[in-house]
Amino acid sequence: MKIILSAIAISLFVTGCATAAMQTDTGKMLVARLEEDFSSKGPATMERMLNQDEVQKACSAYPLDMPDEQMEALQASQLKTVKYPADGNYLGVWKEGEKIAQNGRGMQSSDQVKGTNGGNCYACHQLAKEEISFGNIGPSLYRYGKLKGDGEAVVKYTWAKIYNSQAFTACSNMPRFGHSEILTEKQIKDVMALLFDKNSPVNQ
Amino acid sequence: MRLIASIFAALITMIPLQGFAGNSSTDEIAKYRQLLADGNPAELWEMRGEELWKKKIGPQSVSLEQCDLGKGPGVVKGAYVELPRYFKDVNKVMDLEQRLIHCRITLQKLTPEQAAAVPFGSTGNPSDIEALVAYITAASRGMKIAVSTTHPKEQAAYELGKRFFFYRAGAHDFACATCHSKDKQRIRLQELPNLLNRTDAQNTYSTWPAYRVSQGEVRSMQHRLSDCMRQQRFPEPRYASDTITALIMFMAKNAEGGVYDAPALKR
Ligand code: HEC
Ligand code: HEC
Repeated sequence: MKIILSAIAISLFVTGCATAAMQTDTGKMLVARLEEDFSSKGPATMERMLNQDEVQKACSAYPLDMPDEQMEALQASQLKTVKYPADGNYLGVWKEGEKIAQNGRGMQSSDQVKGTNGGNCYACHQLAKEEISFGNIGPSLYRYGKLKGDGEAVVKYTWAKIYNSQAFTACSNMPRFGHSEILTEKQIKDVMALLFDKNSPVNQ
Repeated sequence: MRLIASIFAALITMIPLQGFAGNSSTDEIAKYRQLLADGNPAELWEMRGEELWKKKIGPQSVSLEQCDLGKGPGVVKGAYVELPRYFKDVNKVMDLEQRLIHCRITLQKLTPEQAAAVPFGSTGNPSDIEALVAYITAASRGMKIAVSTTHPKEQAAYELGKRFFFYRAGAHDFACATCHSKDKQRIRLQELPNLLNRTDAQNTYSTWPAYRVSQGEVRSMQHRLSDCMRQQRFPEPRYASDTITALIMFMAKNAEGGVYDAPALKR
């Protein structure tokens, strides 16, 4: 019995190793292929595709089943990257925020280098009720401020979430707008106002 | 009805402003079908493709009629539903477009540049490749998608495609999986097929290439994927590269058993 069990254990161990080895092989082969098959264009560079950071690496390796401890470790290290506004002012102008939320341009091979990027929040979220063309990859943010209030904790959390979505949900599908330098501090303030300002269409 | 029509009109004009350009909702497609009274302009591409297949060109004046798409020289019927596949003569896996370019080089003696020229057409500059692709794919209509992964190189292409499908990178941390691995998701109003779900994968794979009303051209899977990679914030993929073939292999395998029905009509 013992022998059978250890035989099973060994064979499990061996197949485990084989799959892990195969995975790294395919991973290496993929990077080599990408290097050959793509070329930088505009703001979409080879560096950004080939040099995955810790989040991109881990979330590619475990698209569905990352162990809990690894998720928590990722979130903790990503939270450390969040930069809060130096002047302590979290809210800008909601009208500008609405434009940023509508704008889907930026960082594509077809876009300008160093052009103004959009946030494209409507691609994934419902926000203002009048805008019926919204996606559903993320939750509805309609009435966000009205429902959550504007206490310091929720404002700071929301800033950090937009700055680096991975700080709270490892492998979130939402881009890291601040950390990845997609939006500027001022733009994030304007988007924050869209979510929290009492006059914003989001809170009507 | 008036309201719906104007919403659609507004959407169509808005789409180019968004980062995520692409097709649109099913309703919209139904509307276009009606507009075109059940006809599909792709038929013109199919006809031109057949002429090009038979036309003798190049320094030795040879047609493509002896091109081996996997089922033997000259067999077009049913070839597409078994692609991509391993080809012994080149010892690698090729998709339809790679194989076409290969035949244009080896049979018709075109240079590699001539063979792959104008992969995507535009007004006044039609693509011979898109027409040939329309002709060849149409000859698989009604047949079941049946790609093989039995050859080790076919298996390797599938695994590579799968790996790429989940590969997150770029400014936005996107992978194909970000937009195509859950049921009933949308970017704005555009429905996103879940390419890991068999039914969605079949419905998607069996309807490419397609005549795209918004572009006035028949577009191949190569074109669709290049546009998705742009939205993914990835650099520019080389046309007919092995990465794209691997991705197509992965999608075709997920769509196995689906009944092929293209060139189709899409927004
Ligand atoms: C590609 C899709 C995508 C885009 C684009 C996107 N988000 Fe998200 N967002 C998500 C997803 C998915 C979640 C939920 C999962 C999570 O927590 O990360 C989310 C969660 C959030 C939350 C947390 C909600 C809560 O109740 O805790 C906020 C706030 C938010 N997004 C704001 C924004 C803003 C503002 C923008 C535009 C600058 C934006 N998002 C763009 C996908 C997206
Ligand atoms: C940022 C989101 C996004 C990413 C990332 C993305 N796509 Fe897409 N994809 C779209 C949109 C939007 C459409 C158009 C959907 C429609 O027709 O309604 C689309 C359409 C498609 C279609 C055709 C669907 C159909 O039914 O006609 C295929 C196939 C596809 N994508 C594959 C891929 C692959 C493979 C990748 C990775 C290389 C990828 N996509 C990455 C957004 C994305």
